[in-house]
Amino acid sequence: MSTAEPARPRSYLEEGFGLRSWLTTHDHKRIGVLYGLGITFFFFLGGLAAALIRWELVTPAGDLLSAETYNKAFTFHGVVMVWFFLIPSIPATLGNFLLPLMIGARDVAFPRLNLFSWYLYMLGGLFTLACLLLGGVDTGWTFYTPFSTMFSNSHVLMAVVGVFIVGFSSIFTGLNFIVTVHTMRAPGMTWMRLPLFVWAMYAVALVMILATPVLAMTLALIGLERLFGVGIFDPALGGDPVLFQHFFWFYSHPAVYIMILPAMGLVSELITNGARRRIFGYKFMVYAIVGIAVVGFLVWGHHMFVAGQSMYASIVFSILSFIIAVPSAIKVFNWTATLYKGDIGFDAPMLYALGFVGLFMLGGLTGLFLAAAALDVNLTDTYFVVAHFHYIMVGGAVMAYLGGIHYWWPKITGRLYSEAWARFAAILMFFGFNLTFFPQYILGYEGMPRRYHEYLPQYQVWNVLSSAGATILGVAYLLPLVYLAWSLRHGARAGPNPWDATGLEWQTSSPPPPHNFEQVPQVTEGPYAYRR
Amino acid sequence: MMLPQASSLAPNVDHLFDTLLALCALVVIGVFTVMIVFCVKYRRGTDAIRTPAHRHMGVELTWTLVPFFLFMGIFGWSVHLWIKLRTPPKDAQPVYVVAKQWMWKVQHPGGQREIDQLHVPVGQPIRLVMTSQDVIHSFYVPAFRVKQDVLPDRYTQLWFTATRAGTYDLFCAEFCGTDHSRMRGRVVAMAPAAYARWLHAHQGTGLAAQGADLFRQLGCSGCHDPRSGVHAPHLYDLYGRTVPLADGSQVLADERYLHDSILLPKKQVAAGYAPIMPSFEGRIGEEDVLALVAYLKTRTHAAEDTDEHR
Ligand code: HEM
Ligand SMILES: [Cu+2]
Repeated sequence: MSTAEPARPRSYLEEGFGLRSWLTTHDHKRIGVLYGLGITFFFFLGGLAAALIRWELVTPAGDLLSAETYNKAFTFHGVVMVWFFLIPSIPATLGNFLLPLMIGARDVAFPRLNLFSWYLYMLGGLFTLACLLLGGVDTGWTFYTPFSTMFSNSHVLMAVVGVFIVGFSSIFTGLNFIVTVHTMRAPGMTWMRLPLFVWAMYAVALVMILATPVLAMTLALIGLERLFGVGIFDPALGGDPVLFQHFFWFYSHPAVYIMILPAMGLVSELITNGARRRIFGYKFMVYAIVGIAVVGFLVWGHHMFVAGQSMYASIVFSILSFIIAVPSAIKVFNWTATLYKGDIGFDAPMLYALGFVGLFMLGGLTGLFLAAAALDVNLTDTYFVVAHFHYIMVGGAVMAYLGGIHYWWPKITGRLYSEAWARFAAILMFFGFNLTFFPQYILGYEGMPRRYHEYLPQYQVWNVLSSAGATILGVAYLLPLVYLAWSLRHGARAGPNPWDATGLEWQTSSPPPPHNFEQVPQVTEGPYAYRR
Repeated sequence: MMLPQASSLAPNVDHLFDTLLALCALVVIGVFTVMIVFCVKYRRGTDAIRTPAHRHMGVELTWTLVPFFLFMGIFGWSVHLWIKLRTPPKDAQPVYVVAKQWMWKVQHPGGQREIDQLHVPVGQPIRLVMTSQDVIHSFYVPAFRVKQDVLPDRYTQLWFTATRAGTYDLFCAEFCGTDHSRMRGRVVAMAPAAYARWLHAHQGTGLAAQGADLFRQLGCSGCHDPRSGVHAPHLYDLYGRTVPLADGSQVLADERYLHDSILLPKKQVAAGYAPIMPSFEGRIGEEDVLALVAYLKTRTHAAEDTDEHR
């Protein structure tokens, strides 16, 4: 027989094999993979710091680390997890990989800028590592003045430069996504046919380019203040130390939406596929995403109820914070309703997604306690806050990210992983997570302040439980590293659409060819065209 | 372990907390139950009825509006309590707190000083007037459900009425450097009689009297005395008055204004005077400023008259 089976098109992975072909690539898919590698590295580095923090806290006395080292460990943990993991994780890896595929484009709008963003990310990371090697920084990831500007003797400048640089990577990624979504959608891909993940990426890109410059400016002011003592934050020179907090949270509150909006978009994809059912209330989901992105800019003052801000300002920030909880509630209800009359399978991505909904709910509802100024007084700056943001950021964003990695792994690599191990890891993670962070709510309510290297003996029981949970959680995070790596060699071939999913990215081969589609796809209906 | 409720507002705070907790628990249980039921009933392979989706505007509106009104209810309750937490009663007795890396220094109006301890009488509203010598700290007494950041070069305040005698933990809640976690202390709430004995046993020179001495030693009186040749305000009856400033605006002469006028005299220059006063920033500590402010508050014509006729 001379008619061979039609040759599988050459994939983006086979475009070139040398290091050079990767480091000079303009292919959004390869850049997504590059980000994935960098981000994984930083995740485990930040995780190591978390382990040190938690093991130190097994006993009330500060006996494992010195006070100095402890302070540097939680600062490093925070800086790395926020700027080198949470903010870039979903947008820069899955976003980069999937956004053009999902809208039927050949690439992002500015492929060179995309590669440049990755170099900026790595450069910022190098500065942060250099800072660590020089001796670290002890200000906390929040860099509050006047401690950071006038009193800390550690390497504040170096740390700030690292974060400053990585901020630009974030801005360029945002810019790229906005232009891509506006100009490169396939014929028929109208706004109301965009997958929710694309909507989330679009909203997040807007937040990135609007908020990140404020961070850059604020960090530059810290630099100026440390080098030249200009006096912006120094009360003796007429400055205001609390001004920094306004600037900082004006960025950093929207930043938590940079972390969670992509996760929301992603989980919508996982749930609708896991239930083989159209997402419930697509339009409401879109409005909720946009609403969260907009109102997210107006609530920064809820970080400062006890910081000396006026009583009335606090009331305004409090009501706005309650209002932003509404769209978040809508999303939870819609995900739940999507399960109704579904055809639900429990593969690993779905387990991660269901875990996300549960943890996100517990994190979000405890946010109401912090939004109520009268309750926040007692809870702020305690472990209650640590628990709250880990529920949102680790329970939420990390679970979603891992769910997404599992869901699109066959698309990215062309291989299937061990489903049994993946389910086991997801369940272990959920268990370890709750054991780690739920006790912290109780600790916080009972008054244990955060950033404590020593604590009073009455808090020990909950701390021991939390540290035990953290150890389990650490193991659960290592598992995917092993079985995913294993699948690269030994996993079965995936085929274009192993999940029986809708969406343009599943219509091309796995892994996709360099330019994504053999011919430009035509879109004729909305997303999630499942039968039910 | 349960956190004690040892201040007048602690039960109110806990009441709101418990209500919100119950509400959230209800939501969590509700949603989780529904999720689990769906997951079991519609798991792949069962033969449940799976008709296609239909319109659901009503459902969406319900679950948008119901949480919204619930949230607004909680918000209203919280604001009510928040205003109480933030408004010290008129008869609250001031106590002064200076925070520095890494200790709490307390001065009572009678001159009693303590470090990392605060003695207060049960049943009497106490208003803490706080400032920091270096970085931002935060004064936190969990048993009272109060917390307030303590800022450099600025006064912030906090009030509570202890309701139960006992010793309660005091923490610094804002990261302030190496020994942040050791910046701890205790608040000792005592029955009024015991407190009076304590005050008596630890009597020092009254804060205002210390301030009066400083006023002379530092040379303030050289300019501000009515008999001095320098054109400077004489500072009688100043506290609580509205002062016109050189730039045309007005300012209330509260503790913050007095504090700033000593350390940062160029910031707000009183109308009609040349900005010639030197700054005392760096020359005197916050504790001295507190003594001076306490003295200035006693400096009324009425008090001075009785002094002279004694
Ligand atoms: C095994 C997992 C983890 C454990 C046990 C852990 C533990 C902790 C602890 C105990 C603190 C509080 C430090 C303090 O306030 O004294 C902390 C802070 C923080 N964690 Fe984690 N963490 C974990 C994972 C993560 C992850 C995955 C992220 C982000 C993706 C993250 C982000 C943060 C941030 C932003 C802070 C604030 C740092 C600061 O207080 O300056 N954590 N973590
Ligand atoms: Cu402190």
